Amino acid sequence: MKDQQGMSIIVKTVTRVSVWLILLYGWYIILHGHLTPGGGFAGGVIIALAFLNVMLAYGKDFTVKWLNIQFLKDMEAASITLFLVMGLLGISFGGAFLANFLGKGKLFHLFSAGTIPLFNVIIGIKVAMSLFLVVWVLADIDSTKGGEL
Amino acid sequence: MPIETWLIFTMGIMLVGSIVALEIRDVLSAIIAIGIVGLAVSIAFLFLQAPDLAIVQFLFEIFALIILVRAFIGKKAHEDSLASNKTAAVVVGVVLLAILFLCLPIFRALPPFGEPLFITSAHYTKMATQETGAANLVASIILDYRAYDTLGEVTVLFAAILGALTVLRTSRRTQKGKESK
Repeated sequence: MKDQQGMSIIVKTVTRVSVWLILLYGWYIILHGHLTPGGGFAGGVIIALAFLNVMLAYGKDFTVKWLNIQFLKDMEAASITLFLVMGLLGISFGGAFLANFLGKGKLFHLFSAGTIPLFNVIIGIKVAMSLFLVVWVLADIDSTKGGEL
Repeated sequence: MPIETWLIFTMGIMLVGSIVALEIRDVLSAIIAIGIVGLAVSIAFLFLQAPDLAIVQFLFEIFALIILVRAFIGKKAHEDSLASNKTAAVVVGVVLLAILFLCLPIFRALPPFGEPLFITSAHYTKMATQETGAANLVASIILDYRAYDTLGEVTVLFAAILGALTVLRTSRRTQKGKESK
């Protein structure tokens, strides 16, 4: 039953390997957002596309079981809350809302630029979860009989 | 070749793609035409030396294409054509031309393309690396100087997914309720 969902075994085998590489690339783009082109938005979309890849190859039911949708929803809400909390921490430590209150560090180092990498990570998680949830909702609609918009 | 030539070339591709997407009957062809427009926008961003924006545009274009293909393939296109009301089309055209005519002096008053105009931007390009410690200028601007903008974008995304989840899940529930009756 489960094997009949999704695409052929070739696609599934390739996806099993490639999805981790895509996820790794997405995290690389997010974490190096303050050094190279890219950042939270681009990396988040790459991560969402990796999940979408799994959904296209393995089908909806497997992906929902693998990813735990409730956890994704919680992460999505938590990331935007974290963004606001970081902004409020800027008031107490840096003197202004969303101020860069951490140390600048050395230029071109991974741990530099204060809060910018943290904001990148938060936005990356936020974008990835949001976009994947949109896809999941659309897939959910399509599978139910007559549930089209 | 100057950059304006390439931009005008990509803009021509965008215009052709948009018109094709509007006028063509086949849904898949329309979606592909929209994709061409999006990729041309991405290339235009590259010509304007904005690689960050080009990456985001490229990825979002792929994402939007997948969603569009998933949502619209196998469904019948709406048959109501835009040009059915000729008088309305003429009126809209005349009004648009009038607005363009009235705007012409503003176009003449604009500085040449790429001229450094904004004092804040000049400050950003000069001081961003020293003040924020980020090697990528774009990151220092969107996440430090203009973090409010980013907060707004994230809020828009949050509202969008909230609306999508609410509306789509509700419609599915009512569908199920109708079936059980």
